[in-house]
Amino acid sequence: MPNTTIDNSLRQELMESLDVDQAQWSDELKEGMQEIKRKKIDKPVIYVGAGTCGLGAGAGETLEKINDYLNENNIEASIKEVGCIGFCVEEPLVDNQMPGRTRVSFSEITEDRVDDLLDSVFDGEIPTENLLGQFKDEDLEAYSDLPFLNEHDFFKDQTRMVLPNCGVVDPQSLEEYIAHGGYQGLAQILKTKTPEELCNMVEDSGLRGRGGGGFPTGTKWKFALNTAASQKYFVCNADEGDPGAFMDRAVIEGDPYRLLEGLTISSYAIGASNAYIYIRAEYPLAIKRLEHAIATLKEAGLLGDNILNSGFNLEIKIKKGAGAFVCGEETALIHSIEGKRGMPRPRPPFPATRGLFDKPTIINNVETLANLPGIARNGADWFNSRGTEGSKGTKVFALSGDINHTGLVEVEMGVKLRDIIYNIGGGIGEGKAYKAAQIGGPSGGCIPEQHLDIEIDYESLQEVGAMMGSGGLVVMDEDTCMVDVAKFFMDFIQRESCGKCIPCREGTRRMLDILKAITRGKKKENQDKHETLQRFKGVMYLERLSETIQDSALCGLGQTAPNPVLSTLRWFRDEYEKHIYERKCPAGVCKDLINYTIDDDKCVGCTLCAKNCPTNAIKGKAKAPHYIVSDECVRCGQCVNVCRFDAISVK
Amino acid sequence: MFIIQVNNREIKAKSGETILQACKRADIYIPTLCHIEGLEPSGACRMCVVEIEGRDGLVPACAWPVEKDMEVKTHSAKAVRARKTNIELLLADHPDDCLYCVRNGDCELQSMAEQLGVRQRRYFGDKNEYDLDTSSPAISRDPSKCILCGKCVRVCEEIQTVSAIEFVNRGSSATVGTAYDEGLNLSSCVYCGQCVRVCPTGALREKSNIKEVMNAINDPEKIVVAQHAPSISVTIGEEFGLRKGKDVVGIMNGALRRIGFDKVFTTSFSADLTIMEEAAELVERVKEGGKLPLITSCSPGWIKFMEQFYPEFTDNVSSCKSPQQMMGAIIKTYFAEKEGIDPDKIFSVSVMPCTAKKFEAERPEHSKEGRPDIDAVLTTRELSRVIKLNGLDLNDMEPESHDTPFGERSSAGKIFGTSGGVMEAAVRTAYHMITGEELEDPELEAVRGMDGVKEAKIKVNDDLEVGIAVASGLKNARKILDQIKNGRDDIHFIEVMTCPGGCINGGGQPLGIDEDTVKARMKALYKIDRTGKIRRSHENRSIQKIYEEFLGEPLSEKSHELLHTTYKKRKEVLV
Repeated sequence: MPNTTIDNSLRQELMESLDVDQAQWSDELKEGMQEIKRKKIDKPVIYVGAGTCGLGAGAGETLEKINDYLNENNIEASIKEVGCIGFCVEEPLVDNQMPGRTRVSFSEITEDRVDDLLDSVFDGEIPTENLLGQFKDEDLEAYSDLPFLNEHDFFKDQTRMVLPNCGVVDPQSLEEYIAHGGYQGLAQILKTKTPEELCNMVEDSGLRGRGGGGFPTGTKWKFALNTAASQKYFVCNADEGDPGAFMDRAVIEGDPYRLLEGLTISSYAIGASNAYIYIRAEYPLAIKRLEHAIATLKEAGLLGDNILNSGFNLEIKIKKGAGAFVCGEETALIHSIEGKRGMPRPRPPFPATRGLFDKPTIINNVETLANLPGIARNGADWFNSRGTEGSKGTKVFALSGDINHTGLVEVEMGVKLRDIIYNIGGGIGEGKAYKAAQIGGPSGGCIPEQHLDIEIDYESLQEVGAMMGSGGLVVMDEDTCMVDVAKFFMDFIQRESCGKCIPCREGTRRMLDILKAITRGKKKENQDKHETLQRFKGVMYLERLSETIQDSALCGLGQTAPNPVLSTLRWFRDEYEKHIYERKCPAGVCKDLINYTIDDDKCVGCTLCAKNCPTNAIKGKAKAPHYIVSDECVRCGQCVNVCRFDAISVK
Repeated sequence: MFIIQVNNREIKAKSGETILQACKRADIYIPTLCHIEGLEPSGACRMCVVEIEGRDGLVPACAWPVEKDMEVKTHSAKAVRARKTNIELLLADHPDDCLYCVRNGDCELQSMAEQLGVRQRRYFGDKNEYDLDTSSPAISRDPSKCILCGKCVRVCEEIQTVSAIEFVNRGSSATVGTAYDEGLNLSSCVYCGQCVRVCPTGALREKSNIKEVMNAINDPEKIVVAQHAPSISVTIGEEFGLRKGKDVVGIMNGALRRIGFDKVFTTSFSADLTIMEEAAELVERVKEGGKLPLITSCSPGWIKFMEQFYPEFTDNVSSCKSPQQMMGAIIKTYFAEKEGIDPDKIFSVSVMPCTAKKFEAERPEHSKEGRPDIDAVLTTRELSRVIKLNGLDLNDMEPESHDTPFGERSSAGKIFGTSGGVMEAAVRTAYHMITGEELEDPELEAVRGMDGVKEAKIKVNDDLEVGIAVASGLKNARKILDQIKNGRDDIHFIEVMTCPGGCINGGGQPLGIDEDTVKARMKALYKIDRTGKIRRSHENRSIQKIYEEFLGEPLSEKSHELLHTTYKKRKEVLV
């Protein structure tokens, strides 16, 4: 078995002790766990954040450079590739742990910085450049004058119940996952709870679906549990199609066993002996981690027949998606697994009674399942003691956009949006003002400034016209055009709509047409009077179409498609009206609606702009102020680039 | 049963059924565009959306299960507004082509737009444009008129199990197409036309041959003869507002003559001829240990299906031509000789309930020295158009009889138009051929009715019990054939009809019909049989005459030359 550092007899004891609290394990076993958690190392360990975010920032090259350095300098140290700890903007992250001392984390260590860093570290010094902080650990000696990672602004207000292992543990090591408490939840469940009792426990915990629907998980399971059938299926939805969402990816890359333990617990709850993980093909690293983890679990007897001698059998298969957002919708997902075209079907009947291959099926999101090992091990109260009245536990958010700390954060339900953005998120870059935050992707809405103090949970977001969604949180500053944002999401929906039902296929198409007409310039507009009329009636029709689409679309993709438009209309109607009536884009984004003008007072007539204009739109005599003919201008910005007198303004 | 409220009326509902089903039983109208009776609801068109008390939004009546004390509003303001907006959205991507379209006046999209009072164009973006597919001899496709209801795809896949067409692309680029986007003629399509039968718009239609026919009629050099299939006379009346199932055979003959056909024959005659040949073939195979089971060959969609998907059954299929083609052969030989007409001057037209017959007529096996036996095929719908084109109306005409020598028929030849009819006719004659006697009761109840697969055992004499099976709809044909492949050996004779229910439900018949109409047509044919004077093919005097004068006897050399054919192996997709 790969990555093991304990011998076979101890492994045997480990597997037999899973259902017992760790405090009661034998001394040898406890020692073994300490070693696995790398508390007792005899040579240094270097950790590299090699999740997709890290690799995207250059961690692959960093890894190679580290390897080369160690070889060239004849230094014995082990390298561990870990997943994403969530501070993606600071990747590639490289941590160093010397024997007996705490692990220290460094940020932005691209390959050109490796040599300097390792020189210092192996000389016994901790450089202050690129230093993030040290891990707090009661078993290891801390460095006296270094900040602690968990006191960093990014981490201190987070409550990590789903992500504690990500970026910390070796994602390929089953023992390390167990050492950190893994599979003890499952073992206890299999020993002490019937499927019905387990469903009740999850219901009591208050866990709600984290994929966006927010349906009470335990309640959903009961529908399938109570439907008699010769075969039942559990499906993990790892399609994660929302643009800007990467929570599930990080969990799978950084802590795959947590998901698999959760999936095993949930399959037991409904009586499913077969489970599928439907994962988008665009996540090759996550798929690789899953395949390795599943093979490891099979060998260890934690998957397959008679798991932990309970009589419960489970096979987990991986099914890759093929690039369709709509296949994240549960009935389309089911059809995709069945080999059919990924199109939804009417519900009822719900998959819980008739789903995959016409058998009772439950589909849950990755994050939902990743919450289960904790609930199984610590109980329902442990979970429902956090969060708000209606929304228990935590939520993982993917922070992106105009925010300083882009990355993955996990907060307790009820945390204020303001705190996420300004404390954890580090505020908006370049001193710009906050305009809105889009939550819930193409199905969601935006939160304007006046609602920054909203305490985030399922219900509060719906009241302001937004939606929790899967957790994508895109922050937008004052230079964002909200009409453009609506257009972006509608364009996405149009590309991803399956085409089956009229309201979504044709309705969102015409909504996109209207949004394009609103953001289109006079030059491109046909002199056709319909165009102008359409623009004016545009907002009316947007609302009319939104109503029909919400009321009559076949699936969630269609039903929520109008949300971004409705939400931006609700909070930024004046921006729409400026586009329509004044033909201006206040944020300066819609190219056709921004005007380039030359300030007479500043222009000296050097003719540099006129010479560089690709469409000869700038007229004027030498040494006299020039002017730009708006109808000829294509808004390329060349004139602004070449003007030495700052005489050209763009509004 | 329990009570639910619909539009403030109390109606009965059954546990497990949908709102649509309960309303249909209570005669409450809910519009649908994508619904196919008997298949799982699709939920694509959203026309059937209704409002339920206590629930936000709308639900599709075709899929939503009834619940006790439910309160439903089928035409609330919200529901109507949603329907109207969705129709407007369809129209925004539809060619403004009504006046030039084959479905003008008979189009479900037109009806819905009128019903919902659409008066304004609101959405002005691009419309999808597609090329016409006129590659096949039988069916024309116009994807720009397609509203993506999906009925054609489902009928082809779930009822016919051919799957020649499917949705391709996504979102507003979605369209219905063939594999590799080739023409229909290079796909596995068997031309049965069931897709045309369910299409709500002009996106699918039969290839039109009206022009050739009218040109021939208007050509003084040509002798234009018509034959019409058994089921036409009990269906064409519907196109003129007559009662379902009314037999208008005599009136149709009159109309054909007034249009300008020189001779009017009945395909039921050549159906009798087919029975003579095929029953003889069955008897020969049974007596001499030939290839069994024998399978009928009159349905050209089935023949192409067999050539593509079950070529191992080629030798099982009867070598007999279909009644259409047998008639075609004897018109240009026996009839031409008798009347002293140059066969090259004959323009032979058949009126068929079928689109695949257009494909059959063009098969190279059915031409002699480059001269096709059948020059043009018109569907029932096309004939009704031709009748109207010539200013005629079936409502005010007198019945006329057929022309000799192909005007006499037994009622066995008439029931060819329904599933089980060919089998019954064949058994009546085969029984006589083996025993010299007649079946006590010529009516074989076991092979009648709407079931997809029907079976029976006929005790012929002490040594022989014949196993018969009847399949209609190609999915059902597969069922029986797969059983035979797996070793079933108690069936001697199989009748396969491509269209569910038989020709009365063919791809060329009047559109937009439901199961009640099909049953009425079926009933009409069996009534004709029961009241017929001559009920067995071998008792048809004209048939006896053609053998005496011309063919000799069944399976003679002359018969083989003119009335029998061969089949070929085909790849499923010819790319």
